[in-house]
Amino acid sequence: MSAASLAHARHVLSGNPVTALAFGLFALLVGTAILGPALVPFDPIAAAGPALQPPSARHPFGTDAIGRDVFSRVIAATRLDLGMAFAAVAIVFACGTLTGAAAGFFGGWTDRIIGRLADTIMAFPLFVLAMGIVAALGNTVTNIVIATAVVNFPLYVRIARTEASTRRGAGYVEAARLSGYGEAHILFREILPNLLPIMMVQVSLTLGYAILNCAGLSFIGLGVRPPAPEWGIMVAEGASAIISGEWWIALFPGLALMIAVFTFNLLGDGLRDIVDPRRRT
Amino acid sequence: MNGAPLLEVAALQKRFPIGGGGLLARRAPGLLHAVEDVSFTLRAGETLGLVGESGCGKSTLARLLARLLDPSGGSIRLRGEEIGGVAAQRFGASPRRADIQMVFQDAEGSINPRHTAFEAIARPLRRLRGLAGPALHGKVTATAALCGLPAELLPRFPHQLSGGQKARVGIARAVATEPALLVLDEPTSALDVSVQVLILDLLKALQARTGAACIFVSHDLNVVRLLCDRVLVMYLGRVVEEGPAEDLFTAPAHPYTRALVGAVSVPGRPRAAERVRLAGEPRSPIDPDPNACRFHGRCPIGQDRCARAAPPVHALPGGRRVACHFPLTDGALAAA
Amino acid sequence: MNDVAAATLVQAAARAAPRVPVLEVADLSVEFRTRSGTVRALDGVSLQVHRGECLGVVGESGSGKSVTAYAVMRLLDPAARITGGRITFGGMDMLGAGDADLADLRGRELSMIFQNPRASLNPIRPVGTQIADVLLRHGGVTRAQAPARAAALLAEVGIPDPERRARAYPFELSGGMCQRVGIALALACRPALLIADEPTTGLDVTTQAVIMDLVLGLARARGMATVLITHDLGLATEYCDSIAVMHAGHVVETAPTAALFATPRHPYTARLIGATPRPGLALGDLASIAGSLPDLRREDLPACRFLDRCERARPDCAAAPLPRRTEAARMVACRYPL
Repeated sequence: MSAASLAHARHVLSGNPVTALAFGLFALLVGTAILGPALVPFDPIAAAGPALQPPSARHPFGTDAIGRDVFSRVIAATRLDLGMAFAAVAIVFACGTLTGAAAGFFGGWTDRIIGRLADTIMAFPLFVLAMGIVAALGNTVTNIVIATAVVNFPLYVRIARTEASTRRGAGYVEAARLSGYGEAHILFREILPNLLPIMMVQVSLTLGYAILNCAGLSFIGLGVRPPAPEWGIMVAEGASAIISGEWWIALFPGLALMIAVFTFNLLGDGLRDIVDPRRRT
Repeated sequence: MNGAPLLEVAALQKRFPIGGGGLLARRAPGLLHAVEDVSFTLRAGETLGLVGESGCGKSTLARLLARLLDPSGGSIRLRGEEIGGVAAQRFGASPRRADIQMVFQDAEGSINPRHTAFEAIARPLRRLRGLAGPALHGKVTATAALCGLPAELLPRFPHQLSGGQKARVGIARAVATEPALLVLDEPTSALDVSVQVLILDLLKALQARTGAACIFVSHDLNVVRLLCDRVLVMYLGRVVEEGPAEDLFTAPAHPYTRALVGAVSVPGRPRAAERVRLAGEPRSPIDPDPNACRFHGRCPIGQDRCARAAPPVHALPGGRRVACHFPLTDGALAAA
Repeated sequence: MNDVAAATLVQAAARAAPRVPVLEVADLSVEFRTRSGTVRALDGVSLQVHRGECLGVVGESGSGKSVTAYAVMRLLDPAARITGGRITFGGMDMLGAGDADLADLRGRELSMIFQNPRASLNPIRPVGTQIADVLLRHGGVTRAQAPARAAALLAEVGIPDPERRARAYPFELSGGMCQRVGIALALACRPALLIADEPTTGLDVTTQAVIMDLVLGLARARGMATVLITHDLGLATEYCDSIAVMHAGHVVETAPTAALFATPRHPYTARLIGATPRPGLALGDLASIAGSLPDLRREDLPACRFLDRCERARPDCAAAPLPRRTEAARMVACRYPL
C-alpha cells in the first residue's frame, strides 16, 4: 500500500512540476521557520544600522523606520506566522474532523446540533468574527490561534460530515457491525481513518488561509504586538512609508506572506491529486 | 433436515418513516411498508431463496434477519430463542452475533480499503471468538484456505485483489465464526459467469461442510434455481408465494411469480412465442391500502375483488403457499 | 408494432441493397496508453451488421465489448489510439470523418443507449426538453412542433401520460422509465444503427424483458440495425440474430444464434455456455473457465489470447497469425476448433 502510494505520488509529481515546486517551497518555508532565527545576520528586534536604508548588499531588504534589518525580520517572522497557522489548523483539524464525522455518522440529533453550531459560525463574516473573538478574549498569540481555529471550524465540519455520511452505509461498516463492534469503535476505527487523506488536503488548503487570517489580525492591531517580528505587523508598519517612497518595508513581508499562501494552496491541489482515488489507475 | 427449525420468522414487519419528523413538521410522516407480515421457517442445512424486484423488500428482510436493522413488529426466533427484540445496536454484544453472518453484494465495498484481507477475516474472530496471536492466525489461514484463498493473498489490500478473490474474502469473513445462519445478499451479481460458478461451488461446499442454513437473496432466478431448496417470492414487502424451488419455477401459482419466471431468458433456448409481460410499475410502498392486493393494477388476471380485499393465503399441496384471490392452481396441483 | 409492415420494409431494403452491411468493422485494433504500459484492448476485431438485424456482442468484463462500441461511435477516451482497421458506416469511412461530420452523424444516423440511464440524462432539464433538443438539432422539426413530437416519442416507448411525463426531471422517474426516455432519445431521429451497451443491466428482470421487447420491436419495425452489447447469454439468445463472442480484445467466434449454442466451435464459447446457469442443470454440471484474462499490457501476448486458459492448446497455437476461419455465416478464430 505505502509502496504503491509512494509510486503514485512520484507519478503525480513527475507529471505535475507545479506540485513539485509547491513541495519544494514548503520544505523551504519549514526549514526557514525552524532554522531562520538562528541564521539571520542581525537581531530582528534591535537597530542594525541607519533607519530607512534602501535595499543594499548589507541589508538586502533595506532597514525600517528605527533601523532594524527587514531581511532578518522577514526570516525571523516565518516561525511565528507558520507556528500560529499550524497550531490553529491542528486544533480545527482535530475538533472539526471529529465532530463533523460524528454528525455525519450518527445523523439525527447529533447532526442537527453540530450542524446548527457550524451554521451559526457561518452566519458571521468570518474575519469580523475572528476580530471579535480576539477583541473579547484579549490581544495574545493564543487568542489569535483560537480565533483562526473557530472561523475554520464550519469548513472542516461540513467536509468531514459529508464524507462520513457517504460512508455510513458502506459495506465495511455493516461488516464491522456483523463482527460485533460498537458504533464508537466503528466511527474511530473504520470511518475516521478513511477520512484522513481527504482532511489532509483540507489542512493544506486552510493553512494558507490561516496564515492570512493571523497576519490580517496583526495588521489591524489585534494579536501579536510590536516589536515582535510578524509579517502582518511589518506590512502595517511599512504601509504608511510607501507614500514617502520607502516601499521595501512593506513589500518584502507582503511577498513572504504571498509566497506562503501560494505554496499551501498549490500543495493542497497537488495533495488532492495524490489522494483522489479516481486519479489512480 | 428433520427436527426443530433453526429459524422461525413470524409476522415480521419493517416500516420506515418518510419525510416530516422534524421539530416543526406539521403533518405526520408517511410510513414506507418495506416488509409486511413475513412468516417462514428454515431448517439447518436448508437454503431459502428470496426473489423479487428491486424495492420489494428482499434486502430489508435480509438485513432484519442479519440483525442489522430493528423490526417494527413480529418475531425472529433462532433455535427457539427470540432475537428480534434485542436492538440492532446492542446485538453486537449478544452471544448470538456469531451465529448469524452475512455476505454482501459489493465485495469490494464490504472490505475497509485500509484493511488487508487478513484483517478483514480476523476482525469477527477477534471480537466474537476472542481469538488472538497464533490461534487467530491459524484460524484465519484455515478459513481462508477453506474459501480457496491462498495464504500469500492475505496481506493484500482489497484494491490488489480480483473480483473473485474479494468475493472469497467476504465469504471467508462471514463463515469464520461458523455461523448457523448465513445471509447472502446477491453474492455473485457483480461477477462474471466463469467466476460465479466457482463462488457458487464454494458456497455449496461450505454449506455441506458446516450445515449452516442459508438465505440467498438474488435477482437471477437461474442461479436461485440452482442453489435453493425453497423460494420466497416477494412483491412490495409481502410474500406472494412460497414453495420448493423446482415446483415453484415450473408451475408458478401466483400471477406475479408467473410473470417473473416468464421474464427470465435462458441461454440457448429460443424465445417462447407467448409470454406474460407486466405492464406499468409497482404501486408506491408508502402507506399502501391495507384492503387491496398490492399487485392489483399490474396483475393480468386481477378483478374487482382484488381492489377491495387483501388476498388470503392458500396452502397448496407440496408445502406451497400463495397469497392470491385467484391462484393459478391447475399447474401447481399438477406439479404436486 | 406492425410486423407485416416491418417485414415488407426489411424485404424492400434487402432487394434494394443486397447484403451491404449498415456497419462494417474490419480488422479494428485499439490501444490504450497508460503509465503502466500499452494495453492492446482490441486486436483485429471484425463485425458486420445488416439492416433489420440484431448482432449480439457477448463476453466477460474486460473482453473489449464496450471499447468496440465506443470506437464505432468515435467516442473513445483520449488515451486510446486506433492503430489499424476500418469502420464503415453506411458507406462512409468513420475513421476518416471530421468532428463536425461525426457530431452530425451521432444522434441522427448512429445512436447509443447506455448502461446507466439516469446518468446519461441531464439531471437539470425536463426529459421532454432533452428529446426536443435532439429533434431540433437533428430531426428537422420546428420549435413549435418539437414538444408534441417529444411527447409522441415518449408515448411510443410506452410511457403513460406522456405530456405530463415530458415535464418530469430524470430524478422523478424510475430506472425503467429513465431507460425508456433513453430509448426515446436514441430513436428520436430514426437512426440507421442503434448500439445498446448493457441497456438493461441494473433493471429488474420483469422491466428488462419489457424494455428489450420494446427496443427490438421498434428496431425491427423500422428496419434498423442493432448491436446489443451484453454479458448475459440468455438476453443475447432471446433477442439477437447472430452473436459475436469476445475474449481479451479478440472476436473469437461469430455465428447465427441458434448455431452458436447448438455447436459452439471455439473452446471459449463452449466454456462460456458451460458456465452459465440455466434450468435443468445442477451446479455440478457447470464448469468454470480456468485461469483469467491475460494481461493485455504483456509484450509477448500469444497470437491466441485464450491459449493459457485452453485445455486444447497445442504448441503451435502461440504462433502468429491468429487463424480466422470463415465458413458460411460463421467465423471462428481457432487453429483447432471443436
